[in-house]
Amino acid sequence: MAKARAAKKTPIRVLIAKPGLDGHDRGAKVVARALRDAGMEVIYAGLRQTPEEIVRAAIEEDVDLIGLSILSGAHMALFPRVLALLKQEGGHDIPVFAGGIIPDEDARRLKKAGIRAIFGPGTSLEEIVSTARSLARASA
Amino acid sequence: MTGAGSRLPAVARAIVNGDRRALARTISQVENGDGAADRVVRSLYARSGRAPVVGLTGPLGVGKSSIVNALVGRLRSLGLTVGIIGVDPSSPFTGGSVLGDRIRLERRADDGGVFFRSMASRGAAGGVAAATREVARLLDAAGFDVILVETVGSGQVDVAIRDIASTSIVVLVPHLGDEVQTLKAGLFEIADIFCVNKTDLPGADAAKRDLAEMVGLGGPVTGWAPRIVGTSTLTPSGIEELWDGVTAHEKFLDSSGERTAGERRRLSSEIVGLARDRIGRELTVRLERDPSLRRLLDNVVARRIDPRTAADRLVRGRRSSR
Repeated sequence: MAKARAAKKTPIRVLIAKPGLDGHDRGAKVVARALRDAGMEVIYAGLRQTPEEIVRAAIEEDVDLIGLSILSGAHMALFPRVLALLKQEGGHDIPVFAGGIIPDEDARRLKKAGIRAIFGPGTSLEEIVSTARSLARASA
Repeated sequence: MTGAGSRLPAVARAIVNGDRRALARTISQVENGDGAADRVVRSLYARSGRAPVVGLTGPLGVGKSSIVNALVGRLRSLGLTVGIIGVDPSSPFTGGSVLGDRIRLERRADDGGVFFRSMASRGAAGGVAAATREVARLLDAAGFDVILVETVGSGQVDVAIRDIASTSIVVLVPHLGDEVQTLKAGLFEIADIFCVNKTDLPGADAAKRDLAEMVGLGGPVTGWAPRIVGTSTLTPSGIEELWDGVTAHEKFLDSSGERTAGERRRLSSEIVGLARDRIGRELTVRLERDPSLRRLLDNVVARRIDPRTAADRLVRGRRSSR
């Protein structure tokens, strides 16, 4: 799917969501805006999404990429759950990247578990956009 | 849904049997103009035309997404399944978009009776995307009982939903202007139902009164006088009445013969549009590839032939360069 899109230059579709109980969505909005300005179609699912809702949205919207933003500290519980559900629903080929406050040690473990990229505070938007683009183009 | 039909392509069969991933992927292919969906779309046409397609349009910020969410709740409580398309604008500058209609949707993640798809307008004018009609048809063929289509926040001339929906709801809020606004052509002409949302705000009664006065000015052409319903998604109120309005209009379409007439009108414009697109594409390709046509273009650029004469020759297939 994503390959066909890359070839035809159709817009990359990306889901941006905030899993769990976490009211801080400024970072997610900044990233959504940057991806929009980079020509992508951003499905903005917003705050307080359960892993089930996120995976459901990713399947229905047929996204090329999922971005999760988290500042609550619950990433070690919520991210692996999203990955497991994606696998279960046949969406294992959809790359997932993440941003927020995630300690280095956790980031290492999450990457091993299958999160493809993790962006901490201070990451440039250019880096996020170019990583998102290459992840979407390389998938499927 | 029984009898999936052995002659359907495998993907079409999967869609009819409730495979959400197959449905989602086919929708992407239709959006992208990908030829891979061609057979699927053709084969599923015969299975569409069952579900009412309810369009919700109106200016930005009037609460279309919140009303969609409330209607979904109402329809699910009636035991009806719902397919939803939420259209948001694409940037004319970058082609990018933020699709945010989904954010209002509250539902259980395991509720298989709801399918929500966000679409970017991708340069189409009129409030919907070029592929919205075919995507609505796919949701219909997939077996959803009701299809809801939410347009981009519309201006006065965005009436394309009329070509897709069997019932059009124009959503407004108090204080959008005086009663003369309701007389203006365009958006106000396409409403089967006017929904005055945010009735929790002051001014709602005046807005309803202005609309009622406008509706009363002209005798209904088809025998249907637009209903006016007040809603609030805050309290919430009026949602049952809104859905009752939709079912009343759908019943009217059947009893008056307007459904068939409307279908004929819509399909005729669709067929002509598809044919025009194809002829247009073929002409473009010919103009690019055919050297004699390139000479024709050269002659127009050099002011030896005028554009109208050149177009005549193009249409007649005369490849004369002179």
